[in-house]
Amino acid sequence: MSSGPCHLSNTGDDTVIRARKLTKHFGDFEAVKGIDFEVRAGEAFGFLGPNGAGKSSTMRMIGAVSPVSSGELRIFGLDPVTDGRAIRARLGVVPQMDELDELLRVKENLVIYGRYFDIPLAQCKAKADELLDFVQLGDRADGKIRELSGGMKRRVTIARSLMSDPDILLLDEPTTGLDPQARHVLWDRLYRLKSQGVTLVLTTHYMDEAEQLCDRLVVMDHGQIVAEGSPAELIRTHSPREVLELRFVDPDNPGGPGAEINKAMSEKLDGVGARQEVLPDRILIYAENGEEALSEVHRREIEPETAMVRRSTLEDVFLRLTGRTLVD
Amino acid sequence: MAVSTPPPVRVWEHNFAIYKQVWASNVMASVIRPLMYVLGMGIGVGGLVDGGPRSGEVLDGLTYFQFFGPSMIATSAMMVLVNDALWPIHGGFKWHRVFFSQAATPITPGEIVTGVALWHFTKGLLASAGVGLVLALFPSIRSWGLLAAVLFGALTGLAFAAPITAWSAWREDTTSFPNINRFVIVPMFLFSGAFYPISQLPVWLQWFSRFTPVWHGVELGRGAVYGLLSFGQVVGHVAYLLLWCAVGMLLSRRVFADRLGN
Ligand SMILES: Nc1ncnc2c1ncn2[C@@H]1O[C@H](COP(=O)(O)OP(=O)(O)OP(=O)(O)O)[C@@H](O)[C@H]1O
Ligand SMILES: [Mg+2]
Repeated sequence: MSSGPCHLSNTGDDTVIRARKLTKHFGDFEAVKGIDFEVRAGEAFGFLGPNGAGKSSTMRMIGAVSPVSSGELRIFGLDPVTDGRAIRARLGVVPQMDELDELLRVKENLVIYGRYFDIPLAQCKAKADELLDFVQLGDRADGKIRELSGGMKRRVTIARSLMSDPDILLLDEPTTGLDPQARHVLWDRLYRLKSQGVTLVLTTHYMDEAEQLCDRLVVMDHGQIVAEGSPAELIRTHSPREVLELRFVDPDNPGGPGAEINKAMSEKLDGVGARQEVLPDRILIYAENGEEALSEVHRREIEPETAMVRRSTLEDVFLRLTGRTLVD
Repeated sequence: MAVSTPPPVRVWEHNFAIYKQVWASNVMASVIRPLMYVLGMGIGVGGLVDGGPRSGEVLDGLTYFQFFGPSMIATSAMMVLVNDALWPIHGGFKWHRVFFSQAATPITPGEIVTGVALWHFTKGLLASAGVGLVLALFPSIRSWGLLAAVLFGALTGLAFAAPITAWSAWREDTTSFPNINRFVIVPMFLFSGAFYPISQLPVWLQWFSRFTPVWHGVELGRGAVYGLLSFGQVVGHVAYLLLWCAVGMLLSRRVFADRLGN
């Protein structure tokens, strides 16, 4: 389409969110530094980044609650400054922190939330039952919020966000703090929503989550977008196919940190694989073929404590782009 | 398509849903507390005061029981709403964050403030009505004017709740909250003209009484029950209470908009 550099309108294409030089200040501090991205109808779009990257700040601007400091943002082709109410009416929001009302029962939380959207009471009640079944909490309808586990609360919050049949679902760290089983249940529900045509916009710290859920994602760091693409594209572009992980134990200081020995080993490993990354506890060797790299290590008579070959992931992309690991 | 509900009423519905779970204990409190006061003060102190040398002249020809009883309407609404406007409002930003939930929906921060005020007014009506019911038990007080007094009581409650809502939304913690009760509300209560006419006070303290919304509420309540006020006086007192409501709501709108949209 032929939009001018700074002019956006609701044209026929399927872009539902469009940001140009989107910026957010808190006082002097710039939390989001002029980012550009587009989200298309029906896709799952992710913001991946470490603490403080600006993910939530961006989500709250998209949610039409936090004013844009500068740049341009359009949701459904609408400007949140003038059409905030109309935008919010079509969004479902799962905030980073659960905001369930402990003074109300589980189902009441959903019903009252539906009323905020002016959905008739009888319809709210029917919808709440349907959604509690959808998140497999139908038996908890009359239970207390306090008695739910973290994963259950998250599912209630997701059910709540769906009360208004949103076109876009904004999920800020939907699975942080959940055990693997709870995460898989949530992922499964999100897949189903996506297959029903709901556009998903989510933030996450987790590479596997981004790889599982997102069609496209942007990697954010310090308020900027440092890479963009599908998970497979990002891995292809920014990281060789496989990773050889080596751990060494310092014979002089077996229980201590491996920094010294890793540094020494790193020199000996020079030239193995395409690239290496020295972390405090291990050395990563990036290579198209991890087994071949391992043979080369043995040929040089280097004896790691453990050696493991794995496929490279978004974690490696992030490390490559920022020089830091994502989750410590 | 069903008739649309104004956004502030949807906020009100949230509060009502919570109230429905605790209404029994609330209603008990709003009837029993005034009953104790009316009996304890009205009859106990009244026995000492009535027939005293100046009682006929300073109490507008009322018995002490008649004088004190209706003032409980406004003071009870004040007491209930001061607390409703402190912790639950603060919690809406800091603990359960209900205002953030509401602001993510089509409802705007300004409408949330209006909805909260609507709810506070409702709670004021309930608290005042509890006292009104107790007073209606006594033939020497019973009158249709009690209905108007209940309305004035709710207005007095809102005149406190609206500015205190702005305060508790604005504060980062609750350390000041007990002191609001101790050093602001209790003195206002004591000098409100509920227990004795403020003409008994030194002039400078009379001005303090006139400044507080609660004195205006007390005057309105008593005036409504016994027909003591001119139309102009009623308008004056009501306007003063409305002014506090309006200032409080305007301040709340600013604080809510700042907190919810940053
Ligand atoms: N209301 C605020 N006032 C001041 N600074 C803020 C505010 N909200 C966020 N920030 C700052 O902006 C930066 C980005 O915060 P944001 O919450 O967007 O990060 P995030 O990517 O969501 O991080 P996390 O993964 O920890 O949730 C942080 O440095 C944070 O301290
Ligand atoms: Mg965040």
